[in-house]
Amino acid sequence: MCLGVPALVKAVRGDVALVDFGDGVEREVLGATYEDVKPGDIVIVHAGVIIEKLKDEKLDELLRMLNEFREDLEKKADELLRSLSYPSEPTYGG
Amino acid sequence: MSGKALALLRGGPLVNAILAKIRELAPKAVEAVGQAPIKIMDFCGTHEYTITHYGLRSLMPPEVELVAGPGCPVCVTPAFYVDTAIKLSLEGVRVYTYGDAYKLPGSGRPGGGIRSLEEARAAGGDVVVVYSILDAIRRASREGKDSVFLAVGFETTAPATAAPVVRGMLPSNLTIINVHRLTPPIMRYTFERHRENPIRGVIAPGHVSTIVGAKAWRFVVEDYGIPTVVAGFEPVDVLLAVMEILRQLSRGEPMLVNEYSRVVTWEGNRTAQKMIAECCDVVDAAWRGIGFVPESGLAFRDKYRIHDALLQYGIREPGPDEWSYDLPPGCRCAEVTLGMARPTDCPLFMKVCTPGTPYGPCMVSSEGTCAVWARFGGGGLAEEIARGIGLK
Ligand code: SF4
Repeated sequence: MCLGVPALVKAVRGDVALVDFGDGVEREVLGATYEDVKPGDIVIVHAGVIIEKLKDEKLDELLRMLNEFREDLEKKADELLRSLSYPSEPTYGG
Repeated sequence: MSGKALALLRGGPLVNAILAKIRELAPKAVEAVGQAPIKIMDFCGTHEYTITHYGLRSLMPPEVELVAGPGCPVCVTPAFYVDTAIKLSLEGVRVYTYGDAYKLPGSGRPGGGIRSLEEARAAGGDVVVVYSILDAIRRASREGKDSVFLAVGFETTAPATAAPVVRGMLPSNLTIINVHRLTPPIMRYTFERHRENPIRGVIAPGHVSTIVGAKAWRFVVEDYGIPTVVAGFEPVDVLLAVMEILRQLSRGEPMLVNEYSRVVTWEGNRTAQKMIAECCDVVDAAWRGIGFVPESGLAFRDKYRIHDALLQYGIREPGPDEWSYDLPPGCRCAEVTLGMARPTDCPLFMKVCTPGTPYGPCMVSSEGTCAVWARFGGGGLAEEIARGIGLK
């Protein structure tokens, strides 16, 4: 039920956005639930509603860390785990 | 996501590297905690799908137990609302619903009358399954028929209800049965139920977090001292979450971390949060087989009560004093939902109750724990069958 599916925004018309889930078919979804949706954005759609934008650079960052982790397990493990913390926020208890 | 990225996130070498670290950390975590096994709970049906579909449970060392928690909003929808939708559909009111709730049994018994909207439709009821509320709005506007929308779901789905309401998109002939439920309150409730043998780590729901933000789970660390990781849905995401939880436990430093930062932000989707707050009040609400949980549901605020189907059709919701146990006899769905029992602990699992003929609600939605285990043989199901027939 809580599944979110990535889609490419093709056009925005008021509260409704036209998106492509990767099959070339354009479908209408509700875009009013996310501020500032633009054509070209990759968004997460749930139950026909845009709930978030995908931040590609964050994925790239994770993949880079994972690759390094694989190459040098011991040295990088702590660094990788540290990188998981959301950077601009305090962490708790330690 | 590119094919290359996907291959890496699902790939063998990386998984093995993370598993090696998990195996190394697990005994240290047990030593630090002083109790085994370490119980780590997921709170999202899609995480349970990843865990079961990719066999992650079987990859865990003996010190680590992955437990499914309340992650399926369909499973916890009280029978009363299903019964109400069935009744309306048979009285000629069109009922729109998400596919997940179509087969959901109400309080009827198998062979004892109409149990689900699917059966209501077969009996001539007016039921239409839609992918999104937009479809219902369009059809209701076009066809002019008196209609209700059975709106179930957690915070992920609540914006789909709230946005059309506050944007004035609903035609006057379409009202809503609002059964949205909230995850932080049921998480607190679940922790209390596990006091004896506490939950040691939380894999927080990824898509609920897109709406509420990673910050919504601070209380898990601050009030309960439980390591918490907001995780994505690839096998590597879940394994990283387990590794991080074990690391925190072994150091005695519970923290909240956001592994799913490619989608989830600290603050969440503020536009959606505002719409939900504008549309609904937070109220005490019933959970199927569990009862009322404080401040765990959404109800239309007075100015939007006009969109409330129950008000429109003069139907009174049972209050806490009138609540009665609403699972079919023998079904252990409430315990399964709260992580107190596994589907295989239910004597009806895969005997009376199967995905084709669901007896209880956890066997219906693709994210119900019983349905996930039924399809992918979760958590040692194969072993249990082997034991059952004397092979082990
Ligand atoms: S197997 Fe069926 S009857 Fe048993 S707990 Fe799960 S849903 Fe209920």
